Amino acid sequence: MSDSQATAVQGEAHNPALLHHFVTEEQQRDASSLGMWIFLATEVMFFGGLFCAYLIYRGWYFGDFGAASKSIDALLGGTNTAVLICSSLTVVLAIWGAQTARRGLMIGSLILTMLFGLAFLGIKGKEYKDKFDEHHVPGVSFSFEHVPIPGHPDQYANPRHAEIFFALYFIMTGLHALHMVIGLGIFTWLLVMAWKGRFTPQYHTPLEVGGLYWHFVDIVWIYLFPLLYLIDRHP
Amino acid sequence: MSDHSKSSPLPTYFMVWGALLLGTFLTYEAAKIDLGVFNAALALIIATTKALLVALFFMHLKGASEKLLKLVVISTVFFLLILLALSMADYGTRVWS
Repeated sequence: MSDSQATAVQGEAHNPALLHHFVTEEQQRDASSLGMWIFLATEVMFFGGLFCAYLIYRGWYFGDFGAASKSIDALLGGTNTAVLICSSLTVVLAIWGAQTARRGLMIGSLILTMLFGLAFLGIKGKEYKDKFDEHHVPGVSFSFEHVPIPGHPDQYANPRHAEIFFALYFIMTGLHALHMVIGLGIFTWLLVMAWKGRFTPQYHTPLEVGGLYWHFVDIVWIYLFPLLYLIDRHP
Repeated sequence: MSDHSKSSPLPTYFMVWGALLLGTFLTYEAAKIDLGVFNAALALIIATTKALLVALFFMHLKGASEKLLKLVVISTVFFLLILLALSMADYGTRVWS
């Protein structure tokens, strides 16, 4: 027992991944993960401001937001939610593969994660194209005339108020999509590192930190989906 | 975290994955039923449950021992709630027209 512990300690001391200003690998890993969580705290406030703007305008232009939301294909949004959830599963599988020295599982899961991420962006692109075709993009060609308000078939939504919904829709999903693109960049780098054999059961902190980022982007989408796609869906 | 990885976490991961997919299906179906003001409440409850599942099990907050990490996570939620609650308290109690 003490023998194996001694070997473990010696193994740690010789690990080239352990930087000299950290005492143990665990301390180094905790520091990296804490840094990522602090970054995610700033991200929460960043998206939080947009969610706050959404809540205020949803309160003011309640019916107009319902009418505008109903024009978006909720099935595409729902599919994208499922795609992101699957990508979050493959992220934890990749980390587990690194922890248990299963190289094939780690690399396969990383590739699957990126494919899910690309599928998400593809579906998002189809959704955006529909909105462009329907002239629902805020700007000079915006048009949202004679669309009834859900629950009030005799009233039409105010196009100016619906335009604010679409502005929030494009800013929030666009910013989220930008995070997905950055996430794909991070995972390309992780895949290269994994391919080169840099990750071992002792050292795979970049996978864990990159995973934290990916899961956070997933959580943002978990809130965006019901707030943008699923309001006033009932007939 | 490494203490727990001795027993395989895979069943937990797959159960959380299933629960997240189920939550997505539920929130999609629940939106089609007219519940009045409770539509939004139910959607947010399901979303928060899903977010908690991701944070606790996929982001490994469950079993995290570092106090500093807990402090960061709790203050994140706290400041987000200040942002939302105080803004809504302001706009919700104004008479605009």
